[in-house]
Amino acid sequence: MDFGITILIVDDFASMRRIIKGTLKSIGFDNFIEAEDGVVALKKLEKEKIDLIISDWIMPNMNGLEFLKAVKGDSKFKDIPFVMVTAEGQKGNVLEAINAGVNNYIVKPFTPETLQAKLQKVLK
Amino acid sequence: MDVRYINPFIESTIHVLKTMAFTTAKVGKPYLKKNEVATGDVSGVIGLIGDVKGSISVSFREECILAIVSNMFGEKMTELNDEVKDAAGEISNMISGQARQKLELMGRNLKASIPIVIMGKNHTISHMTKDKIIAIPFTTDKGEFTIEVSFEE
Repeated sequence: MDFGITILIVDDFASMRRIIKGTLKSIGFDNFIEAEDGVVALKKLEKEKIDLIISDWIMPNMNGLEFLKAVKGDSKFKDIPFVMVTAEGQKGNVLEAINAGVNNYIVKPFTPETLQAKLQKVLK
Repeated sequence: MDVRYINPFIESTIHVLKTMAFTTAKVGKPYLKKNEVATGDVSGVIGLIGDVKGSISVSFREECILAIVSNMFGEKMTELNDEVKDAAGEISNMISGQARQKLELMGRNLKASIPIVIMGKNHTISHMTKDKIIAIPFTTDKGEFTIEVSFEE
């Protein structure tokens, strides 16, 4: 699974960015850009060509839902697939993210197989 | 404190460590915690608010958290550093998230704070409730850890 794409990984926990990156490498992805919150992520989006966004929800400064709304509300970025990877798995959270335009939703903890299957869907 | 709130945390702890760190955690006998001294060397603490108010902590002995994070990263970790501290916070976060999903099915909706991680020998953990604190010890092949749960309605 190698689409030659650049993935923006947004999570306030460096350890989780590292785990997600390691999992993505194991399934064939190579190019990553990292950000620790939505504010930093929006700056990276302005500067770099991003093909896929993987974002946590609970983060300081700008959380994942606010970041999702900013991405989907901007004509430059709205078509970039956005996958929420979060520990927030309650129904209300999932619905809120769907209403804001999320392309897929993964609840932590996840297996490499789950991540791969969900990414395949959004990248089709 | 309603003891039905304990099981979601036990099940979630076992699931998170199995999925993210390929670690089997065996649960021991819960007991009433009577002081604030942590049982481990690295503790993640999360406040919970909503239909009930509470807090949880996950406190790991050094050898235990080093083995767990080594498995999570696929790289041997040999000392308690910022990466291990960060990972302990994320583990606590995932346990809280999983448990809150289970509590939602029991009709209790809760939101969680961003985890605080405390590191060092004999540090203390202050729960945000005045209710009893239930401690649940776990063992793994590489050492022990304890979760503490406290809720007031």
